[in-house]
Amino acid sequence: MGRNPVTWLGSPVFPKAAHTALADTQLRANLRKATTTIRDKRASAVAELADWEELRRAGEAIKDDVLANLDTYLLRLEESVTARGGVVHWARDAEEANRIVLDLAREHGADEVVKVKSMATAEIGLNEALEAGGIRAVETDLAELIVQLGRDRPSHILVPAIHRNRAEIREIFRREMSEAPVSDDPRELAEAARRHLRRKFLSARVAVSGANFAVADTGSIVVVESEGNGRMCLTLPQTLITVMGIEKLVPSWRDLEVFLQLLPRSSTAERMNPYTSVWTGVTPGDGPSRFHLVLLDNGRTATLADEVGRQALRCIRCSACLNVCPVYERTGGQAYGSVYPGPIGAILAPQLADDPSDEQAASLPYASSLCGACYEVCPVRINIPQALTHLRAKVVRNKGGRNPEALAMAAAAWVFADPRRFEAAQRAGSLSRLLTGAGPIGRLPWPGSKWTATRDAPSLPKESFRLWWRRNRG
Amino acid sequence: MSNPRVALFATCLTDTLYPETAKAVVRLLERLGCTVDFPLEQTCCGQLHFNTGYADEARSLAHRYAEVFEGYDYVVAPSGSCAGMVRETHPGLCGSSVPVERTFELSEFLVDVLGVTDVGAYFPHRVTYHPTCHSLRMLGVGEKPLRLLRQVRGLELVELPQAEQCCGFGGTFALKNAETSTAMLADKMRCVQDTGAQVVTAGDNSCLMHISGGLSRLRTGVRGIHLAEILASTEEQPWVATP
Repeated sequence: MGRNPVTWLGSPVFPKAAHTALADTQLRANLRKATTTIRDKRASAVAELADWEELRRAGEAIKDDVLANLDTYLLRLEESVTARGGVVHWARDAEEANRIVLDLAREHGADEVVKVKSMATAEIGLNEALEAGGIRAVETDLAELIVQLGRDRPSHILVPAIHRNRAEIREIFRREMSEAPVSDDPRELAEAARRHLRRKFLSARVAVSGANFAVADTGSIVVVESEGNGRMCLTLPQTLITVMGIEKLVPSWRDLEVFLQLLPRSSTAERMNPYTSVWTGVTPGDGPSRFHLVLLDNGRTATLADEVGRQALRCIRCSACLNVCPVYERTGGQAYGSVYPGPIGAILAPQLADDPSDEQAASLPYASSLCGACYEVCPVRINIPQALTHLRAKVVRNKGGRNPEALAMAAAAWVFADPRRFEAAQRAGSLSRLLTGAGPIGRLPWPGSKWTATRDAPSLPKESFRLWWRRNRG
Repeated sequence: MSNPRVALFATCLTDTLYPETAKAVVRLLERLGCTVDFPLEQTCCGQLHFNTGYADEARSLAHRYAEVFEGYDYVVAPSGSCAGMVRETHPGLCGSSVPVERTFELSEFLVDVLGVTDVGAYFPHRVTYHPTCHSLRMLGVGEKPLRLLRQVRGLELVELPQAEQCCGFGGTFALKNAETSTAMLADKMRCVQDTGAQVVTAGDNSCLMHISGGLSRLRTGVRGIHLAEILASTEEQPWVATP
């Protein structure tokens, strides 16, 4: 089976990656500051809308309808795009999508393409594929540019460089730009990036974009962004190639109304995002004269087949779940080993990867305390805790029954299946007081040692409640 | 309501490790006029298995739960997490059944079913309350535990900063991702200590086991005590620490 690049090759399993991240005090400070700020802002932006719950339900319903009738809507989209002068390509996996984009870029004589931040192209490793084909891809989203120039990996869906502070960013810019910023003042940094990017925008002949939404009825593609760099990409070059996951559809123009309210408040805590760009095929004398749309499957059809897991495909990539997740806040996004970090990544990445032998992907559904904060904020009501336990069950099935955990779980189930066995186990436990005494226990053998490394364990009482009940009330 | 027939679902953790909490629930409910039974056939709700990915084992425990508690007016559990497991997950595992809909977390039962907030308790200590995730988000118990605590005589209730943040327990998460769990615990402990409280309380012994385990390791002197034990404590029969 070919490897799906949705998870990064060579990434360690989550607990190991977390070990490294947790030791990085700078990273944890950067993350805490960023997530706390955006968390509070989101809460107040959402509180302004009296109909937020109805909007969430509407978003959920529209996306569920799209997923249930994906074939119909996709064909309708293809028809609308083609009728308006665009060309539609279908890509089964990353390799196919990358080849399509590379061939198109070559055909139009580009040795450099400008990109507007796109999760889909990050998911398939397009930049690396283009590089291998001799074409440079330039990220124009500021945070994405920081990641690219820093030869780093993204750590957040919306703010890929959230793990960097401005001193670090200045260092990267100084190393990589011809006109480096003089200080780490945010305006100074933004100005340096602007000068750097302006040259790229004016010379690029081909642009590659992602899509936040595509309207099946009209063939319109929508990108929302904050900086306007995306709009430069979408209007200046002669050729525009959009790569989008097949689930990004909405049926009609009216449906956008719901998502253009849900998305900005959930992601940047704004009432509306600064730039919403819409393009429909090509228009002579205005914008790109050639438009290609690459529809990417890459594991989505397989995900759609899973009744519980498919709700992950409702995701509109707002990143609200990352910002409230206590695990993400401590470990950062890179620990998840995928372009999709945080709670949504923990359910989306393993499904898209769809590889039972990938231990790193299998560790992701366990990277959660199941606190439920992600479900509470999700604008399209993805029940992430439910999907997590569902995917854990899948991991357990794939592992089979011959490992210490499965044996311990089977033993516990055997004990719980019969109250007499349970009581016998309690009695046996109470006897252990002879060994441990009555106070808190500071050290237990494996696997209890994982607990007692940092926490005392309670000692077992002289008698369990059921023994007391039997003695006094039974 | 006169003499509702209540079954105590002690939960496997409280039954085994924290019998004083279960005794407190019995004492409290009887004081409020309930007839309390503890069906000895009960064991575990299956959450441990379900949340770790062992759904088949959880399914048979869900069936057992439904059988054991079938004949009661109400089932009360001193755990938001286990009550949440029963109400939210059991229907999908073993089909909806009567005991599932009649299962309540303790504070819900007191406020919503019995309609009391002053349970006649006395607990002269400085206390902070941690709303455990499943009580808070799965069951939505909201202010109920706080309303109960505000009526306890002698009790000084202090607000916990960042109360809604998970303590990092998460069942097997505490072992499988022990370091991340500990990092979350460290922040929770700092918040608890910032309040100057002598006692941190919650509606779940699992989360309390984690929080008090950490506080005990650091020799902070702050104890974790289940909400039921505070509410059961009276001037005549005050709460005492058990060895």
